[in-house]
Amino acid sequence: MIVLASSSTYVQYVMDSVAYGSLFALMALSLSLLFGVMGLMNFAYGELIGIGAYTMFYTERYGWFVMVLATFATVIIGALLMEFVAFRPVRHASPSTLLITSFALSIGLQKFAYMVFPPGSPRTVEPIPWLTNQFQVKGVLFSRLEILTWIVTIVLLVGMVLLLKRTALGVQLRASTEDFRMAQLVGVKANWVISSAFAITGFVAAAVTILYMLNHGDVRPNVGQGPLLIAFVGVVIGGLGSLGGAALGGFTLGVVINILSATLPRSIQGHTLMFAFLLVILMLVFQPNGLMGSIEKLRRKRVAQEVPRVAEEPAS
Amino acid sequence: MLELKDVSVSYGRIAAVQALSLEVKEGEFVGLVGHNGAGKSTTLMTITGALSPVSGEIVFDGQSIVGMAPDEVLRRGIALVPEGRRIFGRLSVGENIKIGATVRKDRKGVDDDIREMLKRFPVLERYWNTSGAKLSGGEQQQLAIARALVSKPKLLLLDEPTLGLAPLMVDRVFEILEGLHASGTTILLVEQNAARTIEMADRTYVLRTGGRIQFHGTAAELAEIGDFETAYIGMGSA
Repeated sequence: MIVLASSSTYVQYVMDSVAYGSLFALMALSLSLLFGVMGLMNFAYGELIGIGAYTMFYTERYGWFVMVLATFATVIIGALLMEFVAFRPVRHASPSTLLITSFALSIGLQKFAYMVFPPGSPRTVEPIPWLTNQFQVKGVLFSRLEILTWIVTIVLLVGMVLLLKRTALGVQLRASTEDFRMAQLVGVKANWVISSAFAITGFVAAAVTILYMLNHGDVRPNVGQGPLLIAFVGVVIGGLGSLGGAALGGFTLGVVINILSATLPRSIQGHTLMFAFLLVILMLVFQPNGLMGSIEKLRRKRVAQEVPRVAEEPAS
Repeated sequence: MLELKDVSVSYGRIAAVQALSLEVKEGEFVGLVGHNGAGKSTTLMTITGALSPVSGEIVFDGQSIVGMAPDEVLRRGIALVPEGRRIFGRLSVGENIKIGATVRKDRKGVDDDIREMLKRFPVLERYWNTSGAKLSGGEQQQLAIARALVSKPKLLLLDEPTLGLAPLMVDRVFEILEGLHASGTTILLVEQNAARTIEMADRTYVLRTGGRIQFHGTAAELAEIGDFETAYIGMGSA
């Protein structure tokens, strides 16, 4: 039997999906930034979310302001320490060494967290009622947290665009993502630009952690692994090396997962990720360069048709 | 100004440059020519700090620069126009030029120099907001030279600046180099076009495969070497 959903239900799906997808857009963007700058797909990113989650758990009793501040501080410091202790010594190593280092760091931090915080009494970040309680507008349920997620995502995405486009650091980051060696040859300091990329990653991870944990609550050593996997796949479908593509890929995948989990029959809802990743595989079969690769191809085709370029134009 | 003393560079077990010694004096235009794989580009990359020599000494302005990071070498006054131009295709022409001044602190001076650069390369002003990838090869080469010059280098290294360019643009690039030399810029040029390089340079070093100096001298001195012309003058000049 086919059940036709009401228009308010569709609006509900869209609203929830946009909020859910926004988190992955942010995560994918920061993963892509690091990948571009130093060829590193940082699988220890999930542990930054873990660090943030435990910080929230232990500081929430001091009020939301302290909790937010402490979470930003610990996650950014965690990201900078990751770079300094784990990745700087292997910076010039092969991509596979970097990848293995990030896996080792991820597993090491998780095991350490299991030692320090043994399973037993469940740890949860308590929802903030003012933020998480839902209210209804024309049949559509909203929460302030959902609205906050949209706002934070827009602010961070716009902030990131302004940073990348309008500041010297941003231009250096973009140049480094394109050709790191050449960026160094024009005077970009490797330590500065890589540390900045990690700090930005930490900042975004902290924001994602706060929004994610206020929604999900459950604090575990591997709390960041689920979101990381989705964001990583988002980066791949967006097109590796493209910052805009990563954000678009993360957002799209988040939206797809949310829609699938809301619409799949209850008996197979536990397999939502399987269906989502099947769609991803299908997409990559037809568009191996990812979403941004396809958009870029279309754009080039259009430009080639519109602008017959003069091959060589001697300057006066 | 720059002195390489017995510099050797290897890629794993393969020796790319062996006991190379050369000197560039202030205000000089020095050429470095040789067949493919002779170690010309490796020599330039080693001077910039992008590669480390296994032995030998590189002295610039009286100080050893071996082991320094590329940005530090640039800060001391050595800029590179790399092979293949390697401009940042996703950055605009303006951003490509400005990033060349990263090592400079004098903002006012940078602005003046950029204005000067745009007078020298008017095509770059026309495409100021266009992404670098959209420029033609010749325009990209001018951009790469402008990007290097805006760092205000004491010594400009150029690696095959005419590679892949149309004949008209090759002339234009040599014209630019002549102008730079005339204005007092010290130049070390690596080129396939040996004939033109020797003709234009004050002195030229000729490398043979394995990165050893085979010949060295002014155009007149090199012309006197018997087998030199047969072996080198014709190469790459077609």
